Amino acid sequence: MPTLNLLVVFCLLYVVLLFAVAFGADRAARRGRGRWLRSPVVYTLSLSIYCTAWTFYGAVGFAARSGLEYLTIYIGPTLVMIGWWWALRKMVRLGRSQRITSVADLISSRFGKSNLLAIIVTLLAVIGTTPYIALQLQSVTLSFATFAELDPTTATQPSRQSTALLVALGLALFTILFGTRNLDANERHHGVVMAIALEAIVKLFALLAVGVFVVWGLTDGIADTMARIDASNIAAWQVSGSRWIGLSLLSAAAFLCLPRMFQVMVVENEDESHLRTAAWAFPAYLMLMSLFVVPIAAVGLDLLPADANPDLFVLSLPLTQGQEGLAILSFLGGFSSATSMVIVAAIALSTMVSNHIVMPIWLWATGGSAVVSGDLRSVALLTRRLSIAGVVLLGYLYYRLSGGGAALAAIGLVSFAGVAQFLPALLGGLFWRGATRNGAVTGLALGFVVWLYSMFLPSFGPTVFLPQHVLDSGLFGMAWLRPQALFGADGMDPVVHAVMWSMLFNTGAFVVVSLITFPKPIERLQGAQFVNVFEHSNTGGSWRAGKGETEDLLIMAQRIMGAPQAQKLFSDAARRQGIAGYLPDPTPDFLRELERELSGSVGAATAHAMISQIVGGTSVSVEDLMAVADETAQIMEYSSRLEAKSAEQARTARQLREANEKLTQLSLQKDAFLSQVSHELRTPMTSIRSFSEILRDTEGLGADEQSKYSSIIHDEAVRLTRLLDDLLDLSVLESGRVNLNIQHGTLAGMLDRAVDATGGEAGGFRIQRNRAAENIALTTDPERLAQVFINLISNARKYCDAETPVLTISAAERDGQLVVDFSDNGSGIPADQHAMIFEKFSRVRQTRVAGAGLGLAICREIMARLGGSITYLPGQRGAAFRVILPLGEQMAAQ
Amino acid sequence: MSRDPGPVFLARRTYRRRRLTDAARMLPLLGVVLFCIPLLWRSPEAEPARTTTVMLYVFGVWAGLVALSAVISARLPGHDDPAVRKDRSDAGDG
Repeated sequence: MPTLNLLVVFCLLYVVLLFAVAFGADRAARRGRGRWLRSPVVYTLSLSIYCTAWTFYGAVGFAARSGLEYLTIYIGPTLVMIGWWWALRKMVRLGRSQRITSVADLISSRFGKSNLLAIIVTLLAVIGTTPYIALQLQSVTLSFATFAELDPTTATQPSRQSTALLVALGLALFTILFGTRNLDANERHHGVVMAIALEAIVKLFALLAVGVFVVWGLTDGIADTMARIDASNIAAWQVSGSRWIGLSLLSAAAFLCLPRMFQVMVVENEDESHLRTAAWAFPAYLMLMSLFVVPIAAVGLDLLPADANPDLFVLSLPLTQGQEGLAILSFLGGFSSATSMVIVAAIALSTMVSNHIVMPIWLWATGGSAVVSGDLRSVALLTRRLSIAGVVLLGYLYYRLSGGGAALAAIGLVSFAGVAQFLPALLGGLFWRGATRNGAVTGLALGFVVWLYSMFLPSFGPTVFLPQHVLDSGLFGMAWLRPQALFGADGMDPVVHAVMWSMLFNTGAFVVVSLITFPKPIERLQGAQFVNVFEHSNTGGSWRAGKGETEDLLIMAQRIMGAPQAQKLFSDAARRQGIAGYLPDPTPDFLRELERELSGSVGAATAHAMISQIVGGTSVSVEDLMAVADETAQIMEYSSRLEAKSAEQARTARQLREANEKLTQLSLQKDAFLSQVSHELRTPMTSIRSFSEILRDTEGLGADEQSKYSSIIHDEAVRLTRLLDDLLDLSVLESGRVNLNIQHGTLAGMLDRAVDATGGEAGGFRIQRNRAAENIALTTDPERLAQVFINLISNARKYCDAETPVLTISAAERDGQLVVDFSDNGSGIPADQHAMIFEKFSRVRQTRVAGAGLGLAICREIMARLGGSITYLPGQRGAAFRVILPLGEQMAAQ
Repeated sequence: MSRDPGPVFLARRTYRRRRLTDAARMLPLLGVVLFCIPLLWRSPEAEPARTTTVMLYVFGVWAGLVALSAVISARLPGHDDPAVRKDRSDAGDG
């Protein structure tokens, strides 16, 4: 006999493995390495959370009680899956294009982003799922207890409650750790999906292993097994037609509506084409899961004592036959089935609860404003975590209260029938444009009430909620209100009875109310979007906002999506509109995109409400209404194409205009430059020409005069050469063909050279320096940098008009940049000329000193080549220039 | 208002693909019919069918559906295939 301790060790090891797999997958996905995480196989395996502990243990119990009827639970999903072209394809496409976060979000989004509907669906889902979670906890506890009973070494039985509590705590922890990594529910939970894919393999393998053991280990192969089945109580095919069809329909409906199935099928879907694989692979999985169920049940009935719980045959058969390893494997299979269901269900429900119930209340309680300060994301994450804990705890409480007695399959069917109430609103919303919000609300509410009265409450037994006399003779003694024989439908199977009446009332009310009510414009738009999702995949309803509101929107978006993502979204949109910066025009397109992004985090209804708080309500434009009218769909498509074209043309026109302005400016600059150059060349030329004429034509010039005139000619020629040198230098720098000669040196050395080259402190010109601060090592082109310094020093020398001119050179290192300031005590440069001084041939004022006005322009070009900058520093006493140069190796040596 | 009716005849390839999507739509209906057939095997007078017989039948049908679904799904056109887009507008409730 395996000891209980061994089982606990295996179980813990398995849990550690699951954590490791989830952690590894999350990490791989974050580093962008997880291509295999997104394979269709993983998608198919993740769908297998449909097979919970109810399948693993309950199917055999089901089969032992009523033969082949258990197959209905798997036939329904099989048919839905192979018919994916009908409904699933549309749901997945919608989920992706509308950034749907849950089944409640889908329904609310379809019916005009109604939060009321979202709340109803969420409540129904919580009520419907809680018993199911309790069922999972119960199955783990029961299987654990089975081991404990057969273990002779344990003197005391571990308390069932404490086992269930431990399992619940562990599951809540896992789900919170891996299920709330990111706020955007639309982002995939790679870790969770990978873990449940692994669990899918384990449970299939375990069930197949037990089946193989039963068929070839306990009996002599297939023929013998068949004989045993024929000899057992379930040999005859006695399934009632209504249950066969009714339960198949029910399971098909639940497969589409279960929040956890919606989570893995739609929300976690990576790629629509994965459905192609799942369309056959998932039915195959289901088939394999149910293949050995009847043999196990028949052999169990044959070999085990009559009072053995058939729900645990999968475990007790290997255990009583001394197959300890197989028993442990089987336990892990059941454990996998239970845990994966609870994890995904908790994620799905917590998204719904936090998006549709807690967040709206929180927003309303905090003054109802979406633009108050503070980070909303932490609030949303916290509510989601608390919701997960709450959902799991609720399941545990249900387990405690119900006492864990009822047969597993019965609880499962109650749960299925509860969530199946979504079906009319869901399918009606997807395929019928006439479906309205009021219809959906009425249908859901009515179906919910009927289900509650005829199935959920009676499931607790006759004394808990409904007294025996109500069950026997109806509410208020009215026989037609008997919970399990409504309107005199006596003698029906209770499950089929409840499903039939609740679905009839639900669908009937949904259709009738939809027919007689009139939808709001936004409902009609959403209806058109949903029903015709394959034709046009953008959201309906347009916003109209003023420019001033974009900043509020940015503030709000930052709080929900996080600052970097929000800023990226806004700046991308701005760039598409051809605007620089972070604030795009709040066009309807942009607002729609923003709303869709936000709804990925907080759900459609909340996102809609938040934007409308800032923007002030939707306006349905004429174009939008045209979308509603079916006949004008073509016109709309045409006009939207025109719109897109005209937007593109507007953008092109804007770019062209800008380019044109730039060209005009350049041309003006060129003209000014040419006239400047010719002017600068002409002045020295004129004097050279006139003095050389004097030298040539005047007879009898004295030696003094000759030497004076020729030195004037020489000086002017030198000035010309310098001017041409400067021009050449500038053109080389501007064209970027300059070669930098990068060397190491210190700032002090370069400043020394520059001061020496400009004549030092000769002529009453003082230079103040702080040599200690200048001891900074540089890697740059020392020649060029010194040229800049020389220019600045000689400018100060030339233009400083103070009586005792003083130039202060101060150096400092800031944020990895070298900052050198040159400031003198003169009168400075007038503010209106600051922008001009770095232009070619600009001179602040006509001074006695000659200069072409190219010096600062050259400085600017040099600094740009060196990767730094030179700017005029206003607000000093005199003229001040700031030279900035990046330190370190990353020089922009272009 | 009339929609652009499109060409009267389709290329053979496109025609095949459209029929394939029809097949994909019909497959679950075929499944429903086949899975319901065992219900006819219970007559009040005669001996009821045996569980093993029904089991063999049901799993046989199941395997067949899986195989058919695999063949059809793999050959179905992609989402942006023009042949399907046209087809979708036929299927929309219009």
